[in-house]
Amino acid sequence: MALVELRNVSKIYRLGEEEIRALDDVSLDIEEGEFISIIGPSGSGKSTLMHILGCLDSPTQGTIKLDGVMIQNAGARELAAIRNRKIGFVFQFFNLLPKLNVLQNVELPMIYSGISGKERHRRALEALESVDLANRARHRPSQLSGGQQQRAAIARALVNNPRIIFADEPTGNLDSHTGDAILQLFRKLSQAGRTIVLVTHDPEIAAVTPRRIEIRDGKVATRVDLTLAGLDRVAAKGAPAL
Amino acid sequence: MKGGPVLRAPEELRHTYAQLGITLLAGMREIWAHKFRSLLTMLGIILGVSSLVAMSALVAGMEKGAKESLVAIGGLEKVRVEPQDLPVEQRHLTDQAVGITINDVYALDHSAPLIRKLSPEMRLPATLSANGKTYRPWVCVGVWPVALEMSEHTIAHGRMITELDDELARNVCVIGTATRDELWGAPEKVGREIIPLGETVYINGVPFTIVGMFQHYESEQERKARELAKLQPEPAQQQGGVARDRGRGGRRRGNFVFYLKNSTVYLPLNTVWMKFRSGVALTGFGSSFQPVGGAGGATGDPRLSSLEVKIASVDLLPEALQQARNVLMSTHKGIEDFTFRTQEDWAEQIAIFVRNARLSGGLIAGISLLVGGIGIMNIMLASISERVREIGIRKSVGAATVDIFVQILVESVVIAVLGGLAGLATSFALVNLISSFSPTENAPIVQVGSLLVAFSFSVVVGVLAGIFPAVKAARLNPIQALRYE
Repeated sequence: MALVELRNVSKIYRLGEEEIRALDDVSLDIEEGEFISIIGPSGSGKSTLMHILGCLDSPTQGTIKLDGVMIQNAGARELAAIRNRKIGFVFQFFNLLPKLNVLQNVELPMIYSGISGKERHRRALEALESVDLANRARHRPSQLSGGQQQRAAIARALVNNPRIIFADEPTGNLDSHTGDAILQLFRKLSQAGRTIVLVTHDPEIAAVTPRRIEIRDGKVATRVDLTLAGLDRVAAKGAPAL
Repeated sequence: MKGGPVLRAPEELRHTYAQLGITLLAGMREIWAHKFRSLLTMLGIILGVSSLVAMSALVAGMEKGAKESLVAIGGLEKVRVEPQDLPVEQRHLTDQAVGITINDVYALDHSAPLIRKLSPEMRLPATLSANGKTYRPWVCVGVWPVALEMSEHTIAHGRMITELDDELARNVCVIGTATRDELWGAPEKVGREIIPLGETVYINGVPFTIVGMFQHYESEQERKARELAKLQPEPAQQQGGVARDRGRGGRRRGNFVFYLKNSTVYLPLNTVWMKFRSGVALTGFGSSFQPVGGAGGATGDPRLSSLEVKIASVDLLPEALQQARNVLMSTHKGIEDFTFRTQEDWAEQIAIFVRNARLSGGLIAGISLLVGGIGIMNIMLASISERVREIGIRKSVGAATVDIFVQILVESVVIAVLGGLAGLATSFALVNLISSFSPTENAPIVQVGSLLVAFSFSVVVGVLAGIFPAVKAARLNPIQALRYE
């Protein structure tokens, strides 16, 4: 059973009389431990897909199964709980809270899962160590470089030990050198067994992932299953050839 | 088909407490981050709370002053029987009206069991002279010894007039401190207390011996003020200058009721009847009715200015009045030339006044609290539109709608609570300010109840003002909130 199963998912927006199909009958599976990228030009619907996969949004039609649980009909409260426990987000603009220091930012998801203060502190430091940022724990985000901020954001995404991590253009706001370092970090995490979904418009970035899903006009256009970046671990396990 | 195992309801309960602490801290931090803005927002609540407390303190002070006065004149059980103009349909019987006589006193004493005490009064418009000075006291009356209890008087020096004084129509009198102050000088002026027992005072030219003096009556506030003044060092006296008149007795007059009591002179009833027969005032207060034939009237019985009775209990007031009325109707041959004046009217007026003052004060304070609440709501709305992105981030990491709702609500309540506490502190300053220029007997009293009410109102205002912004924030769509710049 795949970690994520998307079946015939459509998302339809209405602008007055006009009907916009942001996603049109999309079906796909994401296996546990996979490192995949969702690629497509802006306006293709890849962001909508990520929002639906990330439980930030609900589909108009179709079903989603995440970790064995059907969630297309879940209420806002359940979606929040799923986001909290099973999903980590990394954004293009880092989205750290400027008034909190790095440690407090990383602790944030655990506050909403009701973990005690001591445990929060320990786990947040652990997560920061895993991204080499423990020495910046007491700094404000504004005192960090872009790459450091993104690493803090990754630590925040990891801290609740989620089943899947979504990264939306994680290198889009970084110079190429720092971007590469962030991609390396993701690769490292993937090798450690994390399931990571990279959303990008840049084929070069998508090339680091063994599997790519291209979205065009709200549909899955081509499905590539390549071991381009030499990440053959997933392939060796025999990822389903969709 | 809903996902069951991801629901976090049971844990949520377990951790709400800890989470609330974090939310509270976050709220404090948010307020601290915008100190000036928060202070301005709180100002509305501060003013609302302090005006509410001050208002209620003011009203409480007035109520206490009024009630003290009520007790000082003899409490609710005291009823005055006064002469009155005849009703229109009995006007033609005016010359047969007997007025209130000593006969009525005996009749009531025998036939109205609900009446416990009777005190006849003959008021005498009197001028007192002694020690080369003259004084016109407010109340100079011929009474029985029972008047002492009836009017809640206390003898401080000497004795009250006795039944023997009355029987023998002796020329003796009991005075209050105001008379002493006027004729011999107040303790504050002469530096020692003069007790003029045994002195002779001329009342309308007739010599009387002073046998007793009442204590000095004053409200609690006056007493405190006087004792305080005593503790303070005397200001340097002007040497050789003309002693300036500081008003009556050099003392602040204070509450009129107490002044009235201090300005009372008691004579034996019989003495007044024998010596001043033609000079007795026969009307009630404010009445123009003057029966022909002067004192003595149609029956020749001693005529009274008024009659004070004390009834068994306030609860039996209507019954007691009915009894008295029946007796008097019989002795007055059905001519209704008397009326009852109860203190209940006064008590009721106090109650009405207090209620009105509370209502209007509460209304004003309520409006200012409301304005404070609007201020909070306004600032919270501004604050959440500044923090749309933050709300989006919190939602993306798993904050539920209710978490955001609580966060905003807590912030609003924290502002209101801090404002409320500051308001309580301010209210004491405000009350001090008011008491510095309010009359002494009505000095405001801060009540614990009003503090609690004002504070809880501020909390309620905080909650109400926070609900709308909190709902607005909680309903934000996380995707749009994250995109918001």
